[in-house]
Amino acid sequence: MTKLNSKYADSGYIQKLILRSLLFLLLGIFAVYYLMPLFIMVTTSLKSLEEIRTGSLIDLPREVTFTAWKTAWSGACTGIQCEGLRPFFWNSVLLAVPAVFISTLIGALNGYVIAQWRFKGANLIFSLMLFGCFIPFQVVLLPMARVLGIINLAGSISGLVFVHVIYGIGFTTLFFRNYYVSIPVELVKAAKIDGANFFRIFISIFLPLSLPIIVVTVIWQFTQIWNDFLFGVSFSEAGTQPVTVALNNIVNSTTGVKEYNVDMAAAIIAALPTLLVYVVAGKYFIRGLTAGSVKG
Amino acid sequence: MNTKLLIAATAALTISITSIAKAEPQAEVLHWWTSGGEAKSVAVLQEEFSSRGGTWTDMPVAGGGGDAAMTALRARVLSGNAPTAVQLKGPAIQEWYEEGVLADISSVANAQGWADVLPASIAGHMRCEGNWCAAPVNVHRIDWIWANAAVLAENGISMPASWEEFNAAATKLKAVGITPLAHGGQAWQDATIFEAVALGVGGPEFFHKAFVELDEDTLKSDTMKAVFDQMRTMRGFVDSNFSGRDWNLATAMVMNGEAAFQIMGDWAKGEFLAAGKRPGIDFLCASTPGDGFLYNVDSFAMFDVDGADKEEGQMLLAELIVGKNFQKVFNMNKGSIPARVDVALDDFDPCAHTSAQDMATSNAGGSLLPSYAHGMALRGAQSGAITDVVTAHFNSDMSSNEAVDMLVSAVANSM
Amino acid sequence: MSEWLEKQLPKLVLAPSFVAILIFVYGFIGWTAWVSFTKSKLLPRYDIVGLIQYDRLFVSPRWDVAFSNLFIFGFLFIVISMLLGLLLAILLDQKIRTEGIIRTIYLYPMALSLIVTGTAWKWILNPGLGLEAMIRSWGWESFSFNWLVDPNMAIYTVVIAGIWQASGFVMALFLAGLRSVDDEIIKAAQVDGIPKWRIYLSIILPSMAAIFLSAFIVLAHLSIKSFDLVIALTGGGPGYATDLPATYMYTMAFSRGDIGQAASSAMIMMAVVFAIVVPYLYSELRAKND
Repeated sequence: MTKLNSKYADSGYIQKLILRSLLFLLLGIFAVYYLMPLFIMVTTSLKSLEEIRTGSLIDLPREVTFTAWKTAWSGACTGIQCEGLRPFFWNSVLLAVPAVFISTLIGALNGYVIAQWRFKGANLIFSLMLFGCFIPFQVVLLPMARVLGIINLAGSISGLVFVHVIYGIGFTTLFFRNYYVSIPVELVKAAKIDGANFFRIFISIFLPLSLPIIVVTVIWQFTQIWNDFLFGVSFSEAGTQPVTVALNNIVNSTTGVKEYNVDMAAAIIAALPTLLVYVVAGKYFIRGLTAGSVKG
Repeated sequence: MNTKLLIAATAALTISITSIAKAEPQAEVLHWWTSGGEAKSVAVLQEEFSSRGGTWTDMPVAGGGGDAAMTALRARVLSGNAPTAVQLKGPAIQEWYEEGVLADISSVANAQGWADVLPASIAGHMRCEGNWCAAPVNVHRIDWIWANAAVLAENGISMPASWEEFNAAATKLKAVGITPLAHGGQAWQDATIFEAVALGVGGPEFFHKAFVELDEDTLKSDTMKAVFDQMRTMRGFVDSNFSGRDWNLATAMVMNGEAAFQIMGDWAKGEFLAAGKRPGIDFLCASTPGDGFLYNVDSFAMFDVDGADKEEGQMLLAELIVGKNFQKVFNMNKGSIPARVDVALDDFDPCAHTSAQDMATSNAGGSLLPSYAHGMALRGAQSGAITDVVTAHFNSDMSSNEAVDMLVSAVANSM
Repeated sequence: MSEWLEKQLPKLVLAPSFVAILIFVYGFIGWTAWVSFTKSKLLPRYDIVGLIQYDRLFVSPRWDVAFSNLFIFGFLFIVISMLLGLLLAILLDQKIRTEGIIRTIYLYPMALSLIVTGTAWKWILNPGLGLEAMIRSWGWESFSFNWLVDPNMAIYTVVIAGIWQASGFVMALFLAGLRSVDDEIIKAAQVDGIPKWRIYLSIILPSMAAIFLSAFIVLAHLSIKSFDLVIALTGGGPGYATDLPATYMYTMAFSRGDIGQAASSAMIMMAVVFAIVVPYLYSELRAKND
C-alpha cells in the first residue's frame, strides 16, 4: 500500500503544487478586486491637486505629500468654519459609544429571555423584532422627528443615541438569541434549583460565555452607527453633527474646485475607527460567528 | 392719579419690551455652501453679523444641490426645532409659507426699501401673500454658454448666435476630433441644457407658457417637439463618457481644450477664474442663442422661532443679506451678480457686466424668466416630473413625439 | 409577591423593547400607510383622499424602472454575493498561512460607508478614467467596459459595487460555518476515500442551512436598503436608469416635496419585504419550535 502510494508521489506532489498555485492566484485576484477602491483612495490622498489633474487616477503618486491629510483633519471647510473633521469626530464618538453599549446590552437581555425563558408569544415578538430590521430608514425619518420633538430630544446627541438604539434592537436581539439558543436549557433549570434568580443567572452564567457574540454585535452595531448619515443629518443641529455629515460637507460641495486628495483623505480618516475595529477584532468576529450562528 | 400710574406702568412696560427686543441677536443658519469659495463668501456675512453683536451658529449640510439640507430641514421643523434662517429658493419659499412655518420680515424689508432696489420679478419670489418672507442673495444666470477661446480661434468659429450656428460649429469641431459640448450626464445638468434650448428655440413667451404656466397645449406643441429634436442633436455632440460626470469636470474639459463649449450657469465662471483663466482671453462667455434671461436667485427664508434674541437675529440677518456690502463681496466670489440693482459693478468681471445689462433689458422687455431646472419656476413635484422626462429622453433613443406625450402625462400626474 | 415578580421578570425585561418596536416600527409603518392615502406635499397632512397616490405611482415610468431594478439588483446581488462568499470561504478554508491578512482584505469593505468609496468606484468604472482606460493603455485597444455610462447596463455596475461591499461579510459567515462542521465526520469521509468536492457538496454544505438563511437575511436587508450605493455611484443615472425604490422614495419625499407619493412607494416596498421575510421567519421559527 505504501509502496503503491510512493509510486504516484511525484505526480501527486506536482498536482498539489499546481492546485495550490491556482488557489493563491484566485485568492490574489480577489484581493485585487477588494483592494482596488482603497488603493485608489490612498494614492489619491497622497497626491497633490496638480498631479491629480494631470496624471492618471490609477498611477502611484510621483511625489508623496501629506498636506491633504492635514487639511482633512484640521483645515478643510465644512461650512464657514474650516476646522476639518476634528470637531465632528468627537460627536461621533459620543454618539456611537453609548448607542453601541446600550443596544448590545438590550440585545443580550432580549436574546437571553427569548432563547432561555421561553413563554407563549416569545417567538411572535422575536419575529416582529426581526421584521423591524427591514424597515427602510427613509420611512421613519419624519415621524421620528416628531417624536424626538415631543420627548424633547430633538437636535441632541441623546436623541441620536435613542434612535440608533431603537433601530439596533432587531439585529442585536437576533445575534444574541441565535447564540443563546444553542446553550442547553438544563443549565438555567439547574441554576434555578440552586436558587439563582433571573439576573444572577444572566450575569454569572451567560455573560461570561458571551464574549464571541458580544464582539460580533459590537462590530455590527459600531459599523452601522458610525457610518450612518441619514439619521445623523436629520436629527442633529449645529454642534451635534456627526463625522459623516462633516465628511459629506467636504466631499459633496456643489461648486468650487474639487480637492479630490482632501476628499479621499477625509474619507479614510472618517472610516479609520471602523477599519481599525475590523482589522483588530476581525479574528474574533469569525470566532464569534462560528460560535453563534451555526447551531442557531 | 390712576392715569399717572397707568402711564408710568405703560412706560415701564415699554422699556422692558424694548430691552427684550434689544436682546443679543442669535442665528442658526442652515445652508449648503460648504466649498472653499462659497464658504468664504458666507463667512463675510457671519463677520458682519458678529460685528453687529450677533452670534452666528453654522449648520451646513451639503449634497445634492440642497437635498440633504431639505431633509434635515423637514426633520427640524417637524420636531419643533426649526433653524433660524434657511437657504431656500423659488416657489419652495411659498410652499413652506403655506405650511405656516415662515416668519414675516416685512418690517426690515420696508425699512430698507427692498421694493425699490430689487427687480420686480425677483422681489415677487421673496413675497408670501403680500408679506416679505425671504431675503435674496444673488442672481445666477443659467443660460450661459462657455467656450475655450483658443479652440474656437483655431477652428475659425465664433460664439454661436443661433442654434443652427451652434450645430454647424459643433459638427465642424467633431470632425477635427474635439468634443463639441462638455456635459455631465446628471439629471439637473440635462435639464439645464434643455431649458436653455427651450428658451432659444421657443422664445420667452413659449418658455413662460410651458414651464411657468404648464399650459398643456404648449407642452405638446410642435415647438416642444423641435426643442426635443435639438436635444437629440446635442446628444450627438457630447463625448461617450458624459454620464454622471460632475459639472466642474466638464468645465475642466473646456479649460484644457478637450472640449469647446459648455452650457452651464455662471458658477462655472468661478472654476475658470480659480484656474487662472481670464475672461475674454482664455475663455469666452455669452448667453445661449436666443432672447431672454433665465435666473436662479439664492435666498434665505426665516422660520418661525421662539425668543426675542432669535427674532432679532433674523431681522439683522435679513438686513445684512440685502446690504450692499455683502451683495458685492459675496457675488464677486460666487460668480453671480447682486440681486439689488444699485450695487456698483466696477470690480466685477466682463461676464458679470453682460449679465447685469441683460438682466436690465430682459426685465424691461418682460423676458426675465425663472429657471425651471433650478427650482425657480415650479414646485418640486412638477419640475421633477419634467426633468424625469428630459433626462430619460436624453439618455435613450426616445423620439421627440414620445417625449412630448410623456411630458404631458408626467406633468398631469405630478399635480 | 416576589415570586410573582420573579415569574414575570422575563416578560418585563422584554416589554420595553417590544413596546418600542411596536411604536417605532409598526406604528410608523401605520403612519406611513395613513399618509399614503393623503395628498401630503411638503409636510405630512392627515386628511384621507383615497388611493390617488397609488394610482400616480403605478403610472409613473420612473417607478417602473425603480421597481424592476429592485428585482434585478436584489436577485443578482444576493445570488452572486452568496456564491462568491461561499467560494472564497472554501478557498480560504484550505489551511492558508496568510489567511488572517486575506480575510481582513475581503472583509474590510463592510467597514466603509459607500459615501466614502462611491467616488473611488465611480472612477474605476468610468470608461475614460478607470479600468477601460488602464487596460487600453496597456495595449489592448479594443477593450471596452462602459457599463457605467450605458443606461441598459448601469444597474449592473451597482451590483458590482454592492457585491464588493457585502460578499466579504458573507464569506465570514460561511467560513464560520465551515469551521464549525464536525471534523470527525469529514475525517471519516476522507478515510472512506470520498473526493473532496463530494464532501463539500453532500456533507458540509447541507449542514450549513442555517448559515445560508442568515446570509440571505443580511443580504436581503442590505439590498432593500441600498441607497448610499446608488447615490454615490450613479446618482440614479444615466437618466434614472439605476433608480431603486429607496432612492425613488427619498427623491419624492425630500427633494420634490411629494410626501404622499413617497409614502405610497414605501408601502409597496414594505409589501415586498413582507413577502420575502415572512416565509423565512415562518420556516426558521417552525424549525426552532421543537
